[in-house]
Amino acid sequence: MSVTSTTARRARALAAVAVVSVVALGAAACGGTTKKSTDASDASAPARSSASADPSAPLKKGLTIAYLPKQVNNPYFTSSDTGGKKAVEALGETYKEVGTSSGTDTAGQVSYVNTLTQQRVSAIAVSAQDPGALCTALNQARKNGVKVVTYDSDTNTNCRDVFVSQASAEDLGRTEVQLMAKQIGDKGQIAILSAAQTATNQNTWIGYMKDELKKPQYKNVKLVKIAYGNDDPQQSFQQTQGLLQQYPNLKGIISPTTVGIKAAAQYLSGSKYKGKVQLTGLGQPNDMRAYVNNGTVQSFELWDPAKLGALAGYTAVALASGQITGTPGQTFTAGDMGSYTIGKDSVVTLGKPTVFDKSNIGQFHF
Amino acid sequence: MTDPTPARGAGRHGFHPRDAVRWDTAVGVLLVVLLLCSFAFVDNFGNALNLSFLIGNTLPIALIALPMTMLVVSGEIDLSVGSTVGLSGAVMGKLWNEGMSIETIIPLCVLLGVVCGLVNGLLVTRLGLPSLAVTIGTLAAYRGIAQIVLGSNSVTDFPQQYLTFSSDRIGGTFVPQAAVPWAVLLVVAVMVLHATPVGRALFAVGACEEAARFAGVRVKRLKLSMFVATGTVSALTGVFWALHYASARYDNATGLELSVIAAVLLGGIDFDGGKGTLGGAVAGVFLLGALQNVMSLVNVSAQSQTVVTGVLLVISVLAPRVARQSAAARARRGTRGPRKPVPATS
Amino acid sequence: MTMTAKPAAAPAGSATGSGGFLDRVLKVRELAILVVLVLMLVATQLDNSAFLSEQGVKDLLLNATILVLVGVGEAMVVITRNVDLSVGSVLGVSAFAAGEFLRGGGNPVLGIVIAVAIGAGFGVVNGLLVSLGQVPALVVTLGTLYIIRGLDSVWFGSRQITAADLPSGFVGFGHDGLGAVPWLAVLTVAVLVVAAYYLRGYRGGRDLYALGSSPEAARLAGVAVRKRLLTAYIACGALAGLAGALYLARFGNVDSGTGNGYELTVVSAVVVGGVAFTGGSGSVYGAALGALLLTSINSVLPAIGVSSVWVQAIDGVLLLLAIAVDRVVALRVAALLRERAAQTRSAHHD
Repeated sequence: MSVTSTTARRARALAAVAVVSVVALGAAACGGTTKKSTDASDASAPARSSASADPSAPLKKGLTIAYLPKQVNNPYFTSSDTGGKKAVEALGETYKEVGTSSGTDTAGQVSYVNTLTQQRVSAIAVSAQDPGALCTALNQARKNGVKVVTYDSDTNTNCRDVFVSQASAEDLGRTEVQLMAKQIGDKGQIAILSAAQTATNQNTWIGYMKDELKKPQYKNVKLVKIAYGNDDPQQSFQQTQGLLQQYPNLKGIISPTTVGIKAAAQYLSGSKYKGKVQLTGLGQPNDMRAYVNNGTVQSFELWDPAKLGALAGYTAVALASGQITGTPGQTFTAGDMGSYTIGKDSVVTLGKPTVFDKSNIGQFHF
Repeated sequence: MTDPTPARGAGRHGFHPRDAVRWDTAVGVLLVVLLLCSFAFVDNFGNALNLSFLIGNTLPIALIALPMTMLVVSGEIDLSVGSTVGLSGAVMGKLWNEGMSIETIIPLCVLLGVVCGLVNGLLVTRLGLPSLAVTIGTLAAYRGIAQIVLGSNSVTDFPQQYLTFSSDRIGGTFVPQAAVPWAVLLVVAVMVLHATPVGRALFAVGACEEAARFAGVRVKRLKLSMFVATGTVSALTGVFWALHYASARYDNATGLELSVIAAVLLGGIDFDGGKGTLGGAVAGVFLLGALQNVMSLVNVSAQSQTVVTGVLLVISVLAPRVARQSAAARARRGTRGPRKPVPATS
Repeated sequence: MTMTAKPAAAPAGSATGSGGFLDRVLKVRELAILVVLVLMLVATQLDNSAFLSEQGVKDLLLNATILVLVGVGEAMVVITRNVDLSVGSVLGVSAFAAGEFLRGGGNPVLGIVIAVAIGAGFGVVNGLLVSLGQVPALVVTLGTLYIIRGLDSVWFGSRQITAADLPSGFVGFGHDGLGAVPWLAVLTVAVLVVAAYYLRGYRGGRDLYALGSSPEAARLAGVAVRKRLLTAYIACGALAGLAGALYLARFGNVDSGTGNGYELTVVSAVVVGGVAFTGGSGSVYGAALGALLLTSINSVLPAIGVSSVWVQAIDGVLLLLAIAVDRVVALRVAALLRERAAQTRSAHHD
């Protein structure tokens, strides 16, 4: 290779870099679109359906209600969606479930929303992996006449018609801390093992947990770290290990995710920390029974996921039949679960969580 | 020169170029047949919205398949493309959160792609490391850097007009607006590979690097520029991905490299280099994309789609080899002539 | 990759001489990893005195066992200048199959045998495709990766095996041991020693190295190519299956996503451990050390307070370093061999 061609090549490369930099700087100098400028002009969502609700409208038949959970091979969602299936089919509608196998595959969830829009389903019940990522796709779905109900984990309020919440987020966050504090005697270091860093429900609950910890009776309880297991059993397992390696004096772990609490319990029960490091959070009785019986876990809480899925289904059918439009104040009947009223921000709440421990765990089978 | 018994493992020397065209044509025909059948029999396939979804979802693979084809033709491979997509998206998200303007961010991401491609190319051409191993290393390294840059965050609040551009269609047609830049790149790539000396040099290098070098081809410079092109297009795809799915995460496009390679191999590009056409590669990409779209519409689960992709991949590499071996066996029988005992060479 | 390698041509004297030298070079490579590993662990212990407690050592060993097992199998395949990308999916399928069997009340030992058998079965498929079809192993095992992963999901759907479904003895085996040495680690070391002995002392094992150094020369020298390749792939698949059963014991939780993406970790471990893609070099001890090194980084970082987002980047850099080092060493060795061959030739001419 001759010297001149090498120099020429270098010169060309430098020129290219220079051009790109100039263009970039020029664009920057001209102001350009930044985060701040777009925050001001928020994306306009399709206005809530101008058609008014007709509470006495009959439930339509032959609708297709599609469930899109955060993750399909997750037993919590299997329970919730099975409950949804029962409810939907009891009303004479068609049920379908699709979803990603990873809890952090937002691109995959967006693809599924698009496919469902394409298949012209009547309504989508979705548990969102991320509050903002689905918005463009969901709003396109709503533009095409598909009703959108979020359950378990919400999106931004302007991307869905109704959010079906399992329990008041504040209730959940505060009771988790209360359970943990009681188990460690109101003193010591604790950590949180969460799911995905972007999960809406996780972050809301963690917010309330931190707020509860500010109370004077918890002044000796210190939250040292929030670890993220991404609802992957192996990652959650390793994150638990990491927590205990980083903080050997850790007294307790709160894991507000059924996958995380199971993995943490598995690690703790096979290590020297069993019984010494307290574990609580949100777990399913069937998963946690072994660990409650062998002393790794004292108590934990959850709601009935099947009821949550069923309520999401009833809400979706009511929306698709025109009984409600999602405006706060409207009421509808959810089959044999009774009647529900839509609250602020178009949220419908299922009820209060149940605390499970050795005394009552035998009565529950989900 | 005319060796009727091609040595095992050196198949490309005894391989007739006609065979490459045959495979490409077969894939193209298969694609057309699939499309026609889907239009006729699959509900909801034939409308503009769905076709735009099909093209939009296939675009990342279609984009990267262009430089990847040229790279594989020259006998190299780049497994780090998925991680480059993720890194580019992660950097885009991070800079966006820091308040930089999007008009500055996008060129910077493209520059990042150039750098990523340079690293791969220099390691392969200057240090002489095998590209397979190097790009497995950069696959992990780039993904790791993306994770360091953005953590587990996801950035979703990009400006609406960019989000809309990445997912909207042209007017009422089925063509997504983002497909236009791709079409331009396609034209450029086809011209370069099939109608310029650079393209011919690529084929020569893939067929026999030594001979190409002696024939005056600047092998190292050629390969370096191919790696840079792959890196640049991957970074551009990263920007598109983050906007199209409205979500920049460090783990965007994990595993994309395998899909690109599967599509490119399906399209008849020989893994050892020296053979293949861009038409075949593009046909392979859209065949896979259309197949997945149709399967989703008829409710075949994503997991079953994975099986189909795998089977197609295995067939696409087995079939030409089997065909070649039987052709070679036939040729050997032909040259033996009547009743001349020949010592077995296998 | 050199055209001058003629394994059968070198006279006996220089052969053992160069063999000894090569052995020394390889040992240095493995020693280097061992030194890095020990330094890393010691440095961490100095920083965080709770790191190498009994529980800590046990965790380190347990975390590594799965990767070491699969790494040993993968090393055998990479030594022949091929690769097996389907190991992650095979691990997942075998783990689930064993779990289903145990959930139905089966004997744990039989469960492990089933897992190994399933792995070996997939190994046969891969081996046949690669040896008969003469297709690049990368592509074929990529295809089988997809196929097995898809079958896994279709077969198992959204089901899950949890610790509650497994016999407690089996789960106990997954984390119990003698003090700081878990049973899983003992089992893995046994497998490692057997594999190393086979590769070093048996014709079949030596043939794998020959195949990797120069497939053409090996074939001409009479090595039963197809048989050896099949053996390597079956061993790789069987070990992946065994790893699946042990995964089940250790983690007590398997679903259709288990093992996805594991293949890249395995390949990294193997290459970092000195088993180069160009084939014909490295040892299973090196692969095991590479696996131990990579999994230890996962534990070392949290112990010194560094966020685990750095893990993947560090893995990537280590991999690139290993490849570069191997390349430099290979060039030096090839030059040395050429020199000796030239000396021998000129000695003969005298």
